Amino acid sequence: MAVVVVTEVARRMRRGLIAWAVLLWGISRLAGATVLPEERADLMYHSFDGGGVTVSGPSLLVRKNASSNTSVYYNYYVDHVSSASLDVLVGGSKYTEKRVEQTGGIDYLHGKTTTSLSYTSSVESDYKSGTLNFNMSQDFFGDLSTLTLGYTLGKDTVAQHIHQGTTSLYPDKADVTRQNYRIGLSQILTKNFIMSANWETITDEATQINNSGVTLNNPYRSYSYFDSTTNSRGFAPEKYPSTHTSNALAISGNYYLAFHAALHGRIKFYQDSWGVSAVTYQLGYTYPIGNWILDFRSRWYTQSKASFYSDMFAYKDQYTFMARDRELAAFDSTGLGITATWNFARNGWGWIDKGSLNMAWDHLQFNYHDFRNSLAGGAAGTEPLYSFGANVYQFYVSVWY
Amino acid sequence: MRVLCILLVCLGMLQGCSSWQPWVKPYQRANLADPIMNPSRDPVSADYVAHMYKTRQASRGAQGGSGGGCGCN
Repeated sequence: MAVVVVTEVARRMRRGLIAWAVLLWGISRLAGATVLPEERADLMYHSFDGGGVTVSGPSLLVRKNASSNTSVYYNYYVDHVSSASLDVLVGGSKYTEKRVEQTGGIDYLHGKTTTSLSYTSSVESDYKSGTLNFNMSQDFFGDLSTLTLGYTLGKDTVAQHIHQGTTSLYPDKADVTRQNYRIGLSQILTKNFIMSANWETITDEATQINNSGVTLNNPYRSYSYFDSTTNSRGFAPEKYPSTHTSNALAISGNYYLAFHAALHGRIKFYQDSWGVSAVTYQLGYTYPIGNWILDFRSRWYTQSKASFYSDMFAYKDQYTFMARDRELAAFDSTGLGITATWNFARNGWGWIDKGSLNMAWDHLQFNYHDFRNSLAGGAAGTEPLYSFGANVYQFYVSVWY
Repeated sequence: MRVLCILLVCLGMLQGCSSWQPWVKPYQRANLADPIMNPSRDPVSADYVAHMYKTRQASRGAQGGSGGGCGCN
């Protein structure tokens, strides 16, 4: 069975790659002009705190031109996770984890085409991931339009951590193959208005299923069912499908206001093969004052539940696929945020052309429509609906050279 | 395959677009080139925000950022 699955995946990947390669060659034939990304370095500290979870760490991004038509970059990113979320407390106790992500990439300007290639490695004790990313972009129609095509191939190995005394073991692994297909068009409409549309299709496939039946799910999470022998909730390991395909379309616009400010709007539609539909609305306003730039933003997000999600199933093994991940529940989320940027050395300082100090704060609120706080007490299935607020902070310094 | 053929024909038609006369001339694009026109002008921040949302909702894609890994729970 596994051989059949792997052969089918390989066949689809080959077909997809050929089609995408032909399209990428096609846009490379279009005429236009473009430039390499700016040479800059950014050092950031980030922090998420909400729902019993804190995730924080540094991120360093350095970009440098290797020649007149080649730019290279490197990103080192760390998540220090300390989690006592509701899902974690239901299945066990608080844990800490570290994730290190590293990305190396190159952008190559040939004639009037920018070709980008990057590789990302993400390592946790029980989750390893490698991602190859390819993009090609081209300006045309007198540089009023920019067309972008991209393809991503990712391989994940998802293990299950088992304690045996003081030893950590990872005997059971699932393999996941991810593929992304992207196409985007950016269009200058007036001297003050630019719009863009981006489409992305993502497919995930569990190419190796572990002995516990883990496919695309988090191996530590459980679904809930009504245990009639105790008149309370029972819990059992989740059962997910082994494939997942999603489509997303985002349309955004940026408008320059006469008094030197800018308005930003964005809407994103999402649907997937698990029955989830979602819409994201974002509105932003950017206003510079002297050496400062202030960004104000708001975000509203709503999604429906997955077809195999339930807060509590009627009995154990009721269906083939069963999940209680709150990420697959119906919920809405709102967010308000501000970034304050202070520009320094605007006329250069030593080898630095200019620099900026940035502080960002976002407050998010998540309200679940069918995910209950099963630790709050009360009869099974009648506990209060779960909700939580979170604060997200970013502090970073950027220099251009 | 039919979709691919249609796309290729469209791309072929676009070959003649190199001589297109833009209705917004290059010297009229100073406002568009202003950094305030790009709310995601700092990649280190944009990538972080995309990852932060991706791990807390079902919706994904058309966002920028394509790395793997979890860092969730």
